[in-house]
Amino acid sequence: MATASVLIQRGHHRKGDIVTLKAIIAHPMETGYRRTEQGAVIARNIIRRFTCHYDGVEVFACDLFPAIAANPLIAFTTVATRTGPVTFTWTGDNGFHHAETATLTVMD
Amino acid sequence: MSSPFSPPSGSEPDRRFVLALGAGMAASIMVRPVRAEPEDMTRAILAFTGGAAPTPGKVALDIAPLVENGNAVGVEVRVDHPMRADDHVTEIALFTEKNPQADVAVFHLSPRAGRAHVVTRMRLATSQHVTALARLSDGSFWTDTREVIVTIAACTED
Repeated sequence: MATASVLIQRGHHRKGDIVTLKAIIAHPMETGYRRTEQGAVIARNIIRRFTCHYDGVEVFACDLFPAIAANPLIAFTTVATRTGPVTFTWTGDNGFHHAETATLTVMD
Repeated sequence: MSSPFSPPSGSEPDRRFVLALGAGMAASIMVRPVRAEPEDMTRAILAFTGGAAPTPGKVALDIAPLVENGNAVGVEVRVDHPMRADDHVTEIALFTEKNPQADVAVFHLSPRAGRAHVVTRMRLATSQHVTALARLSDGSFWTDTREVIVTIAACTED
């Protein structure tokens, strides 16, 4: 099971505020360009897609390539609408799939 | 018979010429998978823009000019453009010049982002240029490029 951490910018968010979201996940992001000492290619094993759904709507997505560093970090922003779940999903090679959910609280 | 690939004129192909040609081809085949050429980045950018030439401006690519370790280099892209429903940034893409593959990441944005601002960490195989592109909802493309000196490489060595 992958270890992932998601962070929603702290503070008293009001409707319309821009909120920073950060997501990091433990993953080797093996490029597929490295070789063993015997010369055999080490198979690629990367996360290819990251998505963020807020209150059921996809608000952000990212395609990743081998040039993204191991343990990918992605930070981005979203506009606070109303209190609801924020779900971060990573999918990739070898059937990799991981999701984390946090709550974005919006004050009235 | 004046093609640059035809052997020097004479009754028989020059032995030395053939040997040199063979050695040159072998070298290019061996070098090929290790590192991409700058033209590969140009090709990847044109594939992203659908052939349009991006305009320098609007995009601010923030990456350290000198890094010791190419394994995880912080990179930040901001686009100085509103995120209104009718006029916003739809995509931000990152490309490298000399990594084995030119693509780094493509971020898909919507007005729900509020701001065109993304952060990640990337690998740099060697000292090279890194380019950020932004696609706007009107179909225009904007770009910024930075040169990074890397003292310890990533990707291909372990």
